[in-house]
Amino acid sequence: MSEIISSTRQEFVDPNSPLLEIIDLDVAFKSAQGRDVPAVRKANLVVYPGQTVAIVGESGSGKSTTAHAIIDLLPGTGRVTGGQILFEGRDLTKLPAKEFVGIRGDAIGLVPQDPMSNLNPVWKIGYQVAEALKANGRAKGAEAKRQAAQLLTEAGLGDAERRLKQYPHEFSGGMRQRTLIAIGLAARPKLLIADEPTSALDVTVQRQILDHLETLTTELGTAVLLITHDLGLAAERAEHLVVMYRGQVVESGPAREILRDPQHPYTRRLVASAPSLASRRADTAAARAEVVERAEQVADAAAQEGGTLAAEAASGPAAAAVTDDVLTIENLTKVYKIRGAGPRAAEFKAVDDVSFTVRRGTTTAVVGESGSGKSTLAQMVLRLQTPTAGRVLFDGVDVNGFDRKAQFAFRRRVQPIFQNPYGSLDPTYSIYRTIEEPLRLHRVGDKRSREATVREMLDRVSLPSSVMRRYPNELSGGQRQRVAIARALALRPEVVVCDEAVSALDVLVQAQILALLSELQAELGLTYLFITHDLAVVRQIADRVCVMQSGTLVEHADTETVFEHPQQEYTQALLNAIPGAGLVLSGDR
Amino acid sequence: MSETALRAAQTRFVADLEETPLATTDQVDESTPPGGLWLEAWRTLRRRPLFIISSVIILFLIVLALFPGLFATQDPTHCELQNSLLGSTSGHPFGFDVQGCDIYSRVVYGARASVSVGVLSTAITVLVGGVIGALAGFYGGWLDAVLARLTDIFFSVPLLLGAITCMQAFPDKTVWVVALVLAVFGWPQVARIMRGSVLSVRNAEYVTAATALGASRAKNLLRHVLPNAIAPVIVIATVSLGAFIGAEATLSFLGIGLNPATTVSWGGDINQAQNVLRSNPSVLLYPAAALSLTVLSFIMLGDAVREALDPKSRKR
Amino acid sequence: MAWYVGRRVLQMIPVFFGATLLVYALVFLLPGDPIAALGGNRPLAPGVAAQLRHQYHLDESFFQQYLTYLKGILTLDFGTSYSGRPVTEVMAQAFPVTIRLALLALLFEGVFGIGAGLIAGLRRGGVFDATLLVASLVVIAVPIFVIGFVVQIVFGVKLGWINPTVGPEASWGQLVVPALVLGSISFAYVLRLTRDSVTENLSADWVRTATAKGLSRRRVVSTHVLRNSLIPVVTFLGADLGALMAGAIVTEGIFNIPGVGHALYQAIIRGEGPTVVSIVTVLVVIYILTSLFVDLLYAVLDPRIRYV
Repeated sequence: MSEIISSTRQEFVDPNSPLLEIIDLDVAFKSAQGRDVPAVRKANLVVYPGQTVAIVGESGSGKSTTAHAIIDLLPGTGRVTGGQILFEGRDLTKLPAKEFVGIRGDAIGLVPQDPMSNLNPVWKIGYQVAEALKANGRAKGAEAKRQAAQLLTEAGLGDAERRLKQYPHEFSGGMRQRTLIAIGLAARPKLLIADEPTSALDVTVQRQILDHLETLTTELGTAVLLITHDLGLAAERAEHLVVMYRGQVVESGPAREILRDPQHPYTRRLVASAPSLASRRADTAAARAEVVERAEQVADAAAQEGGTLAAEAASGPAAAAVTDDVLTIENLTKVYKIRGAGPRAAEFKAVDDVSFTVRRGTTTAVVGESGSGKSTLAQMVLRLQTPTAGRVLFDGVDVNGFDRKAQFAFRRRVQPIFQNPYGSLDPTYSIYRTIEEPLRLHRVGDKRSREATVREMLDRVSLPSSVMRRYPNELSGGQRQRVAIARALALRPEVVVCDEAVSALDVLVQAQILALLSELQAELGLTYLFITHDLAVVRQIADRVCVMQSGTLVEHADTETVFEHPQQEYTQALLNAIPGAGLVLSGDR
Repeated sequence: MSETALRAAQTRFVADLEETPLATTDQVDESTPPGGLWLEAWRTLRRRPLFIISSVIILFLIVLALFPGLFATQDPTHCELQNSLLGSTSGHPFGFDVQGCDIYSRVVYGARASVSVGVLSTAITVLVGGVIGALAGFYGGWLDAVLARLTDIFFSVPLLLGAITCMQAFPDKTVWVVALVLAVFGWPQVARIMRGSVLSVRNAEYVTAATALGASRAKNLLRHVLPNAIAPVIVIATVSLGAFIGAEATLSFLGIGLNPATTVSWGGDINQAQNVLRSNPSVLLYPAAALSLTVLSFIMLGDAVREALDPKSRKR
Repeated sequence: MAWYVGRRVLQMIPVFFGATLLVYALVFLLPGDPIAALGGNRPLAPGVAAQLRHQYHLDESFFQQYLTYLKGILTLDFGTSYSGRPVTEVMAQAFPVTIRLALLALLFEGVFGIGAGLIAGLRRGGVFDATLLVASLVVIAVPIFVIGFVVQIVFGVKLGWINPTVGPEASWGQLVVPALVLGSISFAYVLRLTRDSVTENLSADWVRTATAKGLSRRRVVSTHVLRNSLIPVVTFLGADLGALMAGAIVTEGIFNIPGVGHALYQAIIRGEGPTVVSIVTVLVVIYILTSLFVDLLYAVLDPRIRYV
């Protein structure tokens, strides 16, 4: 750390008297009918000066609500309905709104969740940082500018003088998050509330920023209340954990103790499903071999029934039989022309000369950070985008040589599952219509047999058939993803491309969906191409791993090899960045 | 670690299991009746007073336009100059206008012209603007470039100015002519809104998913994009129905709208009334009130529909 | 930024030609013979009619006529009306009046619309908000000529506070009340736009972050909520200048203001094609220019746009 402007006011701080003490806190939101709907119930937690405490929980657990209640920033109709929030012995719930202005920023800082939406797009970065200094009487005029630059440098942004004159949209997510950290720490608060400060960022950036935040707060003696959904991350960063579930604190205690010996059933479940802590995939090599065999049988049966795709593809090259390598990607390249601020279109290589094969009945994971080209690759495999160069061979036939009819047949055999369970289902379609759509498009069966198929599919993804009449907006994220899986499987495809299929889900739901995908693979002999940014998930599901970095394939090997003996520095960096990867749990579960 | 242990109130805590029962992860909530976006919008809508009031008025107006004879026994075109500007008498609650016509029955019969022009213009603008906007937004490329410029050209002539300019060219100013003229200058607004709405929907993952299922582009546009992009168009259509009625009245008021000799219209009556405005303001009052109430109901309906269909208020 | 400006200006060119062609076609291509109409009920002598047709290029093909007319616009030569008066002279008298009227209306809707909208947005759901919302709906719904008549009767005739009609000089003071009438509908739109925009921005994440920094509510509202909410409002106001000028015809008629709308109306009634085309063209060009100006203004106000 180069130069710290001034640390927390050096009055006498008793390290053994709590800085923040939340006692029996109740928070409720008013429903449209005027009733109080509790969001947090009887929550207790204590933060000591200079300490890092983490609240862990899934979405809807009340963790962010608790954090916002502390600084009186509850959204909408939310309000504290009971309990106390003692900050240095003062009850904040009784503080008049005017006096709160003096607490915010000055005594308690906030680093918010989403770096994209938390900076005002119309003001320059410099203005927004200096504002935090001026509001808390730290500096004025030119001095504020100088200090703002210093704060940015301190938060790890180089070339701060120039950065001050830029607008938020000129910054990457990581840079914006660093700016928000600079703002949160500007007035040297005693407590910093960090609300999922890095969830929106790539793992490697996430690690850098959290490391930086840790160094900074340690040097300044700032206490941190870290809000996160990631148990691994929480355990790695905090001394003390508070686990919240449905508005209540179910367990709290020293981080390592909780991980080693979770007591509450919910915490146990959470520890068991945390991808970063979980070990390799459960099934044995023998079981995997069976799946591959099953997949080959399925493909052979399909080939005899309907003829191979090659036979259907009039323009295709000489018929190839069912192959072991169901997908072969050869020197695949995609170049985009970006129309920027100028008249000339710049060229951008999203995917650069990528080659690999996918064996029938296996799961191949393509891992990379944002901008690595992994999704573009998936789109080309699905034939939703045309490659600039190279080929995608499905059963030995180039998919780009397909005519209309062959493409239609291809669609039946290769299906996608997308990331966003809120976006991939048409909100105007009932669940029944959603799952029936592929059958209707391909004119499979009559009305009655289609309904039977829909019921069977719902059963396979463990949804009651009563959801048929419901609409996507009535289902949770996990349920929608099950519906998306049911739709993708309705046509009995051979290959399923999962584009970040579990990334948007809470850990427990994520674990369920991963288990479901594994199960379906074994039953139906499916081949998965699994696109993800999350290496932790990869270990649970994949047989082979392709690591991509800015469009190129940097490493391609068995999952074990990649995790145990990564050949590339980049793969190593990705592995190290998995939150909680460094934790060694003594007395293994 | 040892230091932490010293600190009070930060020891290990485990909640009572009975107080925090575990739910099955991701259970389907079957407590509420099923319903899609539209059904949900309807449920919000029917509870809103703004919607109830405006739709009751509009329903009444439609009945009035279809069967004016049910409400007025007097012939609105039967006028006797000797009755000119007579006040309210038995059987003639609103009195008589300059020509000696019964104001009440003219107000009743005037609804038809207004409602017809409003409905016709709106139908044409939604059809033309909707198709152009949807094609431009969905297909993009050169088609979008051409259609967007075409929209810009028509958009650059303000509705009323355009209508005033070309009304004179038509010797026979029927309901159809007025509706058509208004539609010619009204469609670009619908086209712009439709285009924007389609643009925001066409890259949705469910559209990509349908493509991957084998749906053709045209099918995708009709089955997925349009149903999801139509909401803002419905809102603008409701509001512009009111606006077209207002514009028709303005044209009649200026004396270049519907032919007053053949069509009874509120705007025309207001035009007639302005000469005697200072002495007999009530002659103006009734048609003006009817007109204002009609436009108001459509605008209120549009407002209510907008709030019910607002994607921001939809629960995810 | 320069690229953005350049592209917008280039896009404007086809719109300019298209719109002028449209206006010209509306007046001259549609049924009805302007020359025949000139004589009223008495048919013109064939020789006179032919001479007039030649004078106004009506004997040429439509596109030749359009090109001649286009040349006229570009050289600011609008020709003469059928009655022999130079159209430029007609417009030189009328435009300043309408510009004064439109500017006053704009000032009114800007100041009061933004002010009331801001208060309503900050007190969303309150009595003030509810009242303003209903009132604004009523203002939007009641046709402008009804509002005009009511104002004229109540303030001009009954109360005698204002002169019910504006004289030929149309000074700023005389135009205040007509400007209120002209701007009333846009006032309601500005109010609603500001309110919605303020409400939306109040719940924006960056506003919460600004509050968390320790800014007072007043600072948060002025530098973050209001600043961002003004972007759509200011662009609406910019575009409205053109719309107000084009829409002044009714207001000018009621208050007897010798402005553009008045001149246009007279020309339409008399069937003076060249005058109508010239005035409408100028209004449309003003409209196109103001929307160009608004797009550029938008880029200035919202830094994100400049790089699109």
